[in-house]
Amino acid sequence: MAETFLDSTELVLNMGPQHPSTHGVLRVIVKLDGEKVLGTECVIGYLHRGVEKIAENRTYTMFAPYVDRIDYIAAVSNGLGYCLAVEKLLNVEAPARAQAVRVILTELNRIGSHLLWLGTHALDIGAITPLFYCMREREYTLDIFEKYCGARLTTHAFRIGGLQYETYEGFEKECLDFCDLFLPKVDEYEELLTGNRIWRERLINVGILNEADCKAFGVTGPMLRAAGCKWDIRKALPYSGYEKYDFEIPTRENGDTYDRYIVRMQEMRQSVRIIRQAVEGLPTGPITAKVPKVIKPPVGEAYVSIEAPKGELGYYIVSDGTTQPYRCRVRPPSFVNLQALDRMSRGSLVADLVAIIGTIDIVLGEVDR
Amino acid sequence: MRTILRKVFLVDLLQGMWVTFRTQHPKNIVTEQYPFERPKVAERYRGAPRLNINPENGQTLCICCDLCALACPEALIVVGWERNPETKRKDLVTFTYDTSRCMFCGLCEDACPVDALELTQDFELASYSREGAIFDRQILEEGIQPKKYVF
Ligand code: SF4
Ligand code: SF4
Repeated sequence: MAETFLDSTELVLNMGPQHPSTHGVLRVIVKLDGEKVLGTECVIGYLHRGVEKIAENRTYTMFAPYVDRIDYIAAVSNGLGYCLAVEKLLNVEAPARAQAVRVILTELNRIGSHLLWLGTHALDIGAITPLFYCMREREYTLDIFEKYCGARLTTHAFRIGGLQYETYEGFEKECLDFCDLFLPKVDEYEELLTGNRIWRERLINVGILNEADCKAFGVTGPMLRAAGCKWDIRKALPYSGYEKYDFEIPTRENGDTYDRYIVRMQEMRQSVRIIRQAVEGLPTGPITAKVPKVIKPPVGEAYVSIEAPKGELGYYIVSDGTTQPYRCRVRPPSFVNLQALDRMSRGSLVADLVAIIGTIDIVLGEVDR
Repeated sequence: MRTILRKVFLVDLLQGMWVTFRTQHPKNIVTEQYPFERPKVAERYRGAPRLNINPENGQTLCICCDLCALACPEALIVVGWERNPETKRKDLVTFTYDTSRCMFCGLCEDACPVDALELTQDFELASYSREGAIFDRQILEEGIQPKKYVF
């Protein structure tokens, strides 16, 4: 090979931190031989806000709004994970109605997150149109959040032990309307992209990560499922009443960028199915369990993981019996998934690197925390 | 044969173009003309804070219990009060609310026992200086009074 005696062809380049297609402030040091990527290294931490440390200086209730800012695209999922972890420490369970509303909102959030991913990923690859359509539909989910809890992005929708707000009038109808409206829209995106030859050329066999590698890196979420592993925490370790709903885990075989795209598209359809079932079977009753005003969990520790849109999102909280967590560790899916970038991009072209970063679906707020 | 024909006539690309074409109709326009048309925000929207006053006598509803200040994760609310020697009650003197550090989480609003502090639908919070983002009692009670520009 040429590089063994001609190292002068090797070039080290910085991609980012202000590169538009790194989805935030990610810096990738790329070693190149011409157009070919020989290796990459990620430099992260530009968005580090010390969320885990903040937790140690806040009470359990006060920390809840901060978790929304970890993965701001999927704030509702983060809130759910945190609330479930504290509830596990306190040994309480949210009432059935609260659980169902939580499921509806997190699934809407999953759709919103996948839509944002699809729009920006397509934009990176050169298809500008889907972005506008994705944003248009995402707006509906954001409107539901706004009407439900008063904020669109950093929602702070759930409280420890249940919900703060009762659903608003017309909530069920709006969710069902969104389901009806959204399914044809997914077909529309597929019409735009799935068969498109440029899209296929750019994605098929790009950034392959097989199942064994996925497991070795700890990669979860749609990336793992695209490699053929049927692992979804909603099915494997059901939380918040997911065992009651009937849905499938979409999987694919190859584990390339195209498969991940297909898996996410299928997941949106499955989310619609879950929302439908949850809204139709929405129980009545209280929305908060009995939790003390001052939350003071007993000494102990709890780990709860949920299936966030990007993969396994875990909260590990250690309590020393005071009102503040002794330690709160977040296991963010983006951070773990990003570690596979080097393996996926080795040997590909620079242009593919953009596609590969996009397909991991990272949010830098979550990578750096 | 069919695949070749599909390729030659760019069927896959035309399919995508057709989707774009379908949405050209004016009834599909979703863009909001923001400064000209104010969007309607939801009733529960958490925007600019307001300190409610009793509409009958203009007195503040706040009972100076300090619960909102204690509930706030950012500790940005400062309630200044004085003990009234005649009525033995606390009288509100100052109330500052630093919106530049606020994350509009709504915890203060939830903590208030008399619904005196409320996050309203007003979302235009920009100001020319950092000091402008700190709301005092007057702004909180009367709302933000933006400077009117005449063109
Ligand atoms: S909304 Fe949240 S951050 Fe803002 S003042 Fe109230 S409690 Fe504090
Ligand atoms: S919680 Fe309400 S009543 Fe108490 S000090 Fe704050 S605004 Fe006043």
